[in-house]
Amino acid sequence: MPSNNERWLDAEAGPVVRPYALTRGRTRPVGEAFDLVATVIATNARIADPGGLGPEHMSVLQFARTPTTVVDIASDVELPLGVVRILLADLREIGLVMIEAPVPMKARQIDRNTLREVLHGLRGL
Amino acid sequence: MAYGGYEANGGSGRRHRAIKILLAGGFGVGKTTLVGAVSEIRPLRTEEPLTESGRTVDSTIGVERKTTTTVAMDFGRITLREDLVLYLFGTPGQERFWFMWDELALGALGAVVLADTRRLADCFPAIDYFERREIPFIIALNVFEGAREYSLEDVRTALDLDPNVPIIMCDARSRESAKEVLITLIEHVLYVADSPVAR
Repeated sequence: MPSNNERWLDAEAGPVVRPYALTRGRTRPVGEAFDLVATVIATNARIADPGGLGPEHMSVLQFARTPTTVVDIASDVELPLGVVRILLADLREIGLVMIEAPVPMKARQIDRNTLREVLHGLRGL
Repeated sequence: MAYGGYEANGGSGRRHRAIKILLAGGFGVGKTTLVGAVSEIRPLRTEEPLTESGRTVDSTIGVERKTTTTVAMDFGRITLREDLVLYLFGTPGQERFWFMWDELALGALGAVVLADTRRLADCFPAIDYFERREIPFIIALNVFEGAREYSLEDVRTALDLDPNVPIIMCDARSRESAKEVLITLIEHVLYVADSPVAR
């Protein structure tokens, strides 16, 4: 039920819960580090005890149902990137998502054909 | 936001290719405008614990400090093909956001340094940064109304740029102009990729 108090709790007012409260105070993800544009894929695995997962884990999982990137998920769930990294690492730990490293795209590693594809794509925009 | 055509079947499907491009420059130089002109713009919030940057002065080992710093930033997506997406990241200009730069620069293909001729010095930190990390970059001069016109060569001299680094003029509000900026960068990356490794 809307009340007068709620009007202050909009996006402009900032987060109501301090972001790292969602991660129980943890500020670092578990396991191997992953890139901003790494691909996240939900595995659809069933786990015996989802009790350790919070609602934020669930919403992150929701956005990963079709393959997407870490940074897209952070934008979709409207949580800070650092928090999303921790939640994703938790999900990976219990096998609910896979996080696939991006194809190397640094200037000296990228294959020329990809660059030409990019040029072609940009010209056609 | 998901991409189509992706098959998560351990290798038989083609891997998604995400290309990271950085857009650097001083505060108010038009980074967000340029990202918005050419891509689907999306909000991103980062909230970083200050334990990272405050490490040298923080002796309370094991105690997480409560302080966080918030950076609201945008990024843009340009889907070129189902499996080929460009991500444009506007890097927060101020030096207190170095931690974000390192995160964004990892694996980046190249960078655009957006400059305003009235405040050229604002882009020195970005130029230094990309030179040190050997990330190919170009300079795009956002032409503001009322700004005195300088020749590109004057700007090159003022910025003490390597002769190979392209400089172009642009209008960050224009889609065509923003496209041209990205095309110039990719052409430069091709040039760099084909030239022999220095040293």
